[in-house]
Amino acid sequence: MIDLVGYGAFFLTTALIFSLVTLGLNLQWGLTGLFNVGLAGFVAIGAYTSALLTTPDDPARLGGFGLPILIGWLGAMFVGGIAAALTGIATLRLRSDYLAITTFGVAVVVQLVALNAQKLTGGPFGIGFIPRPFGGLAETPLLFNLSNLAIVSAVTLAAYLALEHLTRSPWGRVLKALREDERAAISLGKSARFYRIQAFAVGGAIMALAGALQAHFIGFIAPDNYLSILTFQVWVMLIVGGSGSNAGAIAGSVLVWAIWAGSGALTSVLFAPEQQARAASLQIVAIGVMLCVILLVRPNGIFGERPRRARFGKRTKATASESGS
Amino acid sequence: MSLQFVVDGLLTGSMIGLGAIGVTLTYSILRFSNFAHGDFMAWGTYATLAVVGAIAAMFGKVAPIAPLSFGWPLIVALVVGAVFTALLALLLDKVLFSRLRKQEQAIIAVMGSFGASMALRSLLEFIFTSRPTYFSRAIQIAMPVGFGIRITPDQIALLLLTAALVLGVHLLTTRTQTGRSMQAMSQNPALARVAGIDVASVVRVTWVIGASLACVAGVMIGVLVQIRPLMGFDMLLPMFAAAILGGIGSIPGAVLGGLIIGLAEAGAVQLIGAEWRAAVSFIILMAVLIVRPIGLFGVRER
Repeated sequence: MIDLVGYGAFFLTTALIFSLVTLGLNLQWGLTGLFNVGLAGFVAIGAYTSALLTTPDDPARLGGFGLPILIGWLGAMFVGGIAAALTGIATLRLRSDYLAITTFGVAVVVQLVALNAQKLTGGPFGIGFIPRPFGGLAETPLLFNLSNLAIVSAVTLAAYLALEHLTRSPWGRVLKALREDERAAISLGKSARFYRIQAFAVGGAIMALAGALQAHFIGFIAPDNYLSILTFQVWVMLIVGGSGSNAGAIAGSVLVWAIWAGSGALTSVLFAPEQQARAASLQIVAIGVMLCVILLVRPNGIFGERPRRARFGKRTKATASESGS
Repeated sequence: MSLQFVVDGLLTGSMIGLGAIGVTLTYSILRFSNFAHGDFMAWGTYATLAVVGAIAAMFGKVAPIAPLSFGWPLIVALVVGAVFTALLALLLDKVLFSRLRKQEQAIIAVMGSFGASMALRSLLEFIFTSRPTYFSRAIQIAMPVGFGIRITPDQIALLLLTAALVLGVHLLTTRTQTGRSMQAMSQNPALARVAGIDVASVVRVTWVIGASLACVAGVMIGVLVQIRPLMGFDMLLPMFAAAILGGIGSIPGAVLGGLIIGLAEAGAVQLIGAEWRAAVSFIILMAVLIVRPIGLFGVRER
């Protein structure tokens, strides 16, 4: 029973960290329509920044600076936000596909730096001894897991409330206006590019914070944690939850993570150890197909209620394609 | 600095360039960047590998053609593989992309291609495991050709094949009616429809050209390097960078972009080290997007 509670807390903590990434993506894609296929890179930037700032001094690499965890988290948000802003500045005046390709490139380069810049990132072996909040409680796993859950829940709740507030603020309304009808918004004197860069940067900062939270929760990071599979998982979470809704982003994350962890546990029971790597790839196939099916059937997500743009002239085409598929 | 990097760069560049033709055509005619294009490459290569295996099972061991490391089975298998890859692309278009392209936001198709890419790649890992494999384990002796450059017969053959294919596709798109229809679609889809162009057939030709060239590029990687399920995914960034550098929609541009990136990568490997190779395409991509987003031969969007 105690074990079950402990596992439940562990599961929820992981799921809520994913929710935080999904909330960041929802700000970028759901609210602003910016396509980020390199979000694993921004999560990694946050994790590594915070690890560098807070770990004890290590002669083998730059830093650690042994700073408090909170400073690490703030630093992660700052660096993640700057990285996202730079990406946005370079590409947001161009077609939306260019942003997708560039973010994909960001993830590739971050992965490369994590693997090869040993002096900075510890290379393929990653960084260990990342201080954990309530590390003193590690003797009693249950208490430790519950206190971590409390912290992660608090951060996620804060991010959720802040994003809800932002969505309803004039700032959020400008973003929505830009997404719905760019020309009308621009004609009202709003700089589309500037607002989009801001949204992309804030989203990137939230993703980086999630990366930092996870690094401190696990206590160890390595480049393998931030492969494109992470990007893919978070996209599925957002689409399942319904892009545009912050509550949906959290619900989708918990649901998809439950399916993911459940099917992972199932494959480890059903398949022999030497077959498990193959079974795990089948798990990804299933989720990939699921994403495509949702996009085909309900592009706004299972819980999503994002209103379709009613534009004259295009309307007939849209309804025709709906009935066609 | 030895001039060997020129040969290495041209070879890598050929693979990137052949792949980038598909990327640039999909982007300019079907109007979305296809993240599954790299996985067409990997699927084509594995299909070719499977056909080579089947031929070996039927006819026994076939002696390779004199200086090359492979014999007629690989050539036959490559043709079968290319047809298979084209069919795979057409199938995916039928069940997925054609429906997603109809939706209001073009980016939905990009997202779908991202999901398809993940599924295709993992399916390969499931069927063939992630262990690397090879067409041939024979070691070829590289011949010196002067200036400190060495090249193997395989490499010469594949460079000639690339040149022939690029010339063929270029003639197809500039000298035939189909090619002109493709250009019309990329320049102004609405007007092309009004002018009575058979849109469905243009879409089909686009997929067939892109996918079969991806298969050839993949088999080149398989012959010269190795075969892995991730081989195509790792080529994605260089291919996008090449297509954008060359100018979206331009086939000569895509090939030239591929060669430039290939040469830059080979140079970087010699100067800095192989581990930073993948960063080269990103740096070139960013430079193009900042300095000249329409690329070398691109036209401004209308």
